[in-house]
Amino acid sequence: MKHRLVAAVAVAALATLAGCTTPTTSPSTNTQTAADSQTAPVAQAPAEITVFAAASLTETFTIIAADFEAATGGHVKLVFDGSSSLVTQIKEGAPADIFASADQTNMDKAGDLVTSPVVFTSNKLTIVTPADNPAGVTSIADLPKADTVICAAAVPCGAIAAKVLAASGISLTPVSEEQSVKAVLTKVQMGEAEAGLVYSTDAKAAGDKVKEIPLPTDLPIGTAYPIALVAASAHTDQAQAFIDYVLSAAGQSVLEAAGFQA
Amino acid sequence: MSTTAARADGHMPRTTRSASTVPPWALVLCACSLVMLVAPVLALTGQSDWEQVWAAARSRVAVRALVLSFETSALAALICALLGIPASLALARRPRQSVLHGLILLPLVLPPMVSGLALLTLLGKRGLLGPALGGFGISLPFTTAAVVIAQVFVGLPFLVLNVESALRAHGQTYEWAAAGLGSSPTRTFFRITIPLVSPALRSGLALCFARALGEFGATALFAGNMPGVTQTMPLAIYTAFNGGGDSLGTAVALALELVIVAIILMAVATWKPRHTHA
Repeated sequence: MKHRLVAAVAVAALATLAGCTTPTTSPSTNTQTAADSQTAPVAQAPAEITVFAAASLTETFTIIAADFEAATGGHVKLVFDGSSSLVTQIKEGAPADIFASADQTNMDKAGDLVTSPVVFTSNKLTIVTPADNPAGVTSIADLPKADTVICAAAVPCGAIAAKVLAASGISLTPVSEEQSVKAVLTKVQMGEAEAGLVYSTDAKAAGDKVKEIPLPTDLPIGTAYPIALVAASAHTDQAQAFIDYVLSAAGQSVLEAAGFQA
Repeated sequence: MSTTAARADGHMPRTTRSASTVPPWALVLCACSLVMLVAPVLALTGQSDWEQVWAAARSRVAVRALVLSFETSALAALICALLGIPASLALARRPRQSVLHGLILLPLVLPPMVSGLALLTLLGKRGLLGPALGGFGISLPFTTAAVVIAQVFVGLPFLVLNVESALRAHGQTYEWAAAGLGSSPTRTFFRITIPLVSPALRSGLALCFARALGEFGATALFAGNMPGVTQTMPLAIYTAFNGGGDSLGTAVALALELVIVAIILMAVATWKPRHTHA
């Protein structure tokens, strides 16, 4: 009796271990299932699709996914992280159906793992400081004297930041290089960093918790966002429907309301 | 059955006799744990493109991470010894399950991300002590000092745990004898207590150093991620791994280096001198 109990516990422990070996996403990944999953009856069985989207799409894709679910009855699982982290995960076989990147470079890194990427929106880089702007930053020239946080070079916001700084002839040693634009925003919002380079949509999403200082438009501050089907997807119809929805007037209006440009 | 046989044969070597009491299913599960623990590490060495790994190991970012990790972890281990030995002494002379005991060992069971957030809440620029520190012109986040603080926070309990249990095991007989012969408490501490617990101190330092070397969560949140300043080996691995596949070699190279160091530290922590008075 006692032995059987021990054996049962051991089996349960093994099962837990087996559970641990399934691929997990990186620690900074945010997984969200879009708002109230309405079980509206639809003709074809609605599969759950998984969308890997750049961190800067957190707010907009959460809304778009909820709208899409309401309209089609399908289920959308959203995973937000830095685009380069997401590419890494797709390469490691993470079960994504759609990849939305914040730049073409990371979409290109996905190579054959994605099919026919299309640009669906664009964004621009901007300076943010804590609301009280403790370092008194007024332009890009002030960044070297402030504790500035940017994205790591592989992350789209880091790649653009490097381009913008090079074009303006400013040599900047950041105090930290983060894995996603939202991590940069957090450090600025908490007041730990005195300045950060993020997208204008992130600055807008943070509202009055940060102060935005726009960059001159003659600098290379823009980035185009491509979206693509993941080749290994088992739900291509449903996934294509989501991409079509993002490209539709309804999807585009959500993006534009958040400050993205068509 | 097997137990009866073992009892009948009184001359059976001790190891064989104890092995026979292990039920077969336990041996199977033991083999499972061994595979579970060793296979991933072996896979790391087996899957590697050695030329790429060697090149990556010599890259600037990898070397800087290695140097920074060793410097900060060594400093952290030293601070842990300075703070931890007196703490262990105080704890060892108290009842085993004191509140103080629990408080000192808390970081041991605290998830590292929680530690990072906690450190930031206390020592960050906008943290509880941030403005006071700022008054002295001190700002900790994004500095190498923040890395060391995070490492001490997570490493200290390991040292205390080791040294304290050794102190308990030894009791105070020698210290009382020394005091009876007129030795001052400080002299007794350095001449009697420290030599007595030196094996535990060595293993405690090795574990403390290992924990400091592996520190990730608290460093990422509290110290940041900047090559040469705060980017220790675990952060460099995370950054390289998240490069979208371009810098996977660097991640693997650094990981292999940490595996080698871990093996050495394990040896240091568990090594027992042949002739020990302990």
